Amino acid sequence: MSESHAADHAHHFESVEHEFDAGKLGMWLFLVTEIMLFGGLFVGYGIFNYLYPEMFREAHHELNKVMGAFNTIVLLVSSLTMALAIAFIQRNDVKKSKLMLIITFLCACTFLVVKYFEYSAKIHHGLLPGHFFTNTDLQSANAALFFSFYFVMTGIHGLHVLIGMACIAWIYWRMNRGDFNAHKFGAVEFVGLYWHIVDLIWIFLFPLLYLVV
Amino acid sequence: MAHAANINFYQASHGWKSWLFTLDHKRIGMMYIVTTLLSFLIGGIFALLVRIELFSPGETIMSAATYNKLFTLHGAVMVFWFIIPSIPGALGNFFLPIMIGAKDVAFPRLNLFSYYLLITGMLFNVYSIVTGPIPDTGWTFYTPYSIQNSGAVISMVMGVFIMGFSSILTGLNFIVTVHKLRCPGMTWYRMPLFVWAIYGTSILQVMATPVLGITLLLLTIERYAGIGFFDPKLGGDPVLFQHFFWFYSHPAVYIMVLPAMGIISEIIPTMSQKTIFGYRAIAYSSLGLALVSFLVWGHHMFTSGQSELANFIFSLLTMATAVPSAVKMYNWSATIYKGSVSLTTPMLYALGFLFTFGIGGLTGITLGALSIDMHFHDTYFVVAHFHYVMMGGTAIALFAGLFYWFPKMTGKMYNECIGKLSFWIFFVGFNTTFIAQFVLGVNGMPRRYFDYLPMYTNWNRVSTVGSWLIGTAALLIVGNLFMSFFRGAKAPANPWNGKSLEWQAESPPVLENFAHTPTVTAGPYEYGVKHG
Repeated sequence: MSESHAADHAHHFESVEHEFDAGKLGMWLFLVTEIMLFGGLFVGYGIFNYLYPEMFREAHHELNKVMGAFNTIVLLVSSLTMALAIAFIQRNDVKKSKLMLIITFLCACTFLVVKYFEYSAKIHHGLLPGHFFTNTDLQSANAALFFSFYFVMTGIHGLHVLIGMACIAWIYWRMNRGDFNAHKFGAVEFVGLYWHIVDLIWIFLFPLLYLVV
Repeated sequence: MAHAANINFYQASHGWKSWLFTLDHKRIGMMYIVTTLLSFLIGGIFALLVRIELFSPGETIMSAATYNKLFTLHGAVMVFWFIIPSIPGALGNFFLPIMIGAKDVAFPRLNLFSYYLLITGMLFNVYSIVTGPIPDTGWTFYTPYSIQNSGAVISMVMGVFIMGFSSILTGLNFIVTVHKLRCPGMTWYRMPLFVWAIYGTSILQVMATPVLGITLLLLTIERYAGIGFFDPKLGGDPVLFQHFFWFYSHPAVYIMVLPAMGIISEIIPTMSQKTIFGYRAIAYSSLGLALVSFLVWGHHMFTSGQSELANFIFSLLTMATAVPSAVKMYNWSATIYKGSVSLTTPMLYALGFLFTFGIGGLTGITLGALSIDMHFHDTYFVVAHFHYVMMGGTAIALFAGLFYWFPKMTGKMYNECIGKLSFWIFFVGFNTTFIAQFVLGVNGMPRRYFDYLPMYTNWNRVSTVGSWLIGTAALLIVGNLFMSFFRGAKAPANPWNGKSLEWQAESPPVLENFAHTPTVTAGPYEYGVKHG
């Protein structure tokens, strides 16, 4: 009896539910580390925004608010479809769950494509930070610093989107193989949690970078 | 599966692959022990070279530039290769699951991954050393010097970044293990204090290390692209780097010393055959230290141009860390009082800890006082203080723990005679080395110079001779453990009459730790308590 049972959960757990609970706690702790990681950047942003309020106000007009808002909506929709993917697999509806994963993945692609156009425009205007900064239109001193924050924060966030896409593709592949059902869907939920934090971080990045007042 | 329950974890499978790809927390723990002890010897060689250079004023055996590289390597190797991964990775991995009656940590694969992240980080550092030029920034990588430095800073810093993730994932794994895998009857207040200490450490690893990660990442981008966060020319602020760095690195001091305190909390009741005094006070003081350690980072920057108010608050909070530490010291002392103390090697090291950590802690309060710190900042007083905490605290407790649990881990007894000898040589050598540095610091000798005024010669010689004694003791300790592993007498399951769960397991433990999942009915130190 125990042998046949051992197949669906690791040997040191008592049951699938036990393993799921442990995985979920682990995932939440991982999300804490993500918040601490971005926390450093947010604190840095806060300090320099406080030091150079005029510069931040002037520089942020270079960002495309429409594209930023569009991307915010795209990510919010992707969070909804991700949550639906989990809800469907909990009801054993593999087909709909897979569809939701595909939509989530496409939203992530859309986000990155829009980001690509935004980045291209910035690079075209010589707004790459540091040694690469060639823009002369901005009047405020240290304007490059704003774009340092812009590129570092959205860059690390974009990297998280890419990792998220890889994870979504991975669970799609596993779902296709029949790994998940209403009884066992841990990995889907954990990737979902990760995807929500990626979304949540953008929810903070958008107003901080695009809507400075 | 039936036979695996009865054979020990060394014999459960064979060949080098069975070690390199193992998911067994005990084997991973043994791999950490070998890795971190080797790192300790490497870092120790750097330390000995640094001390030899300081034997006489002027150039003794190396140039100023070489000296700067060597003390950087000494610091980086000792902190990132040895002290931070040693106790959680080695003894935590081996004993935390056994002590709570679990078969393994919550995520065995992640556990192995953490180990290889550590190795990968080390390889990055080795790459930095081999290709050179070796960075001479000191282990703190302060900006702006680390940005302008011609050394291979990026590979060094990225190595530390990767090792940070190893530390985060180990902590994450342990927190989940403690929450989810305690055996029946193992309530929170029946957990051994070592588990409480590792739990507190894990919280710090998970919460603080990501901040180091982003800091080092920003430093790397700054070096590559000049983004200006830490560069005043571009509107940035180098002190921000110090804030970020110490926001991690002060809690990191407690990542180093909390598990050490956990080991001492195990050895003292067992070797005194007496219930621990104030179990809950010790348990909560571990969490208290973890919390307070997040609020004191500014005391590293009293002279960096912080506001007076910030200095005052950080100074006050620094004093507050003395309270939970002192709670532990009093409770350990009270546990020994009227106990039947056996002065075995681990107990000698534990008693040595009380003495040296006591000095380390008290001089910490000295440095936390604003006016005194203005004077002692950047002198050998600081060097002596943190060596009393790091080496006189963490390293000495690690040795205590290694001897204490050696019979359990290997099924062999270490050589008691050489063990005691190693303690006395270490203890005398350690105090000789670093008391001399306290005196040098009070007399105003600045740290991090390869040269000094002739007036400091005598105490520097005392310190260098002391370092040779430490080197001898280190070889005796590692040699004793290594030889006993192959030739030691067979150890019984419970040589010290310990009450916690690991002593109820076989020596060495079987593959899944216990033949049957244990059920716990009492606390871990209930000596002289009768159970119906």
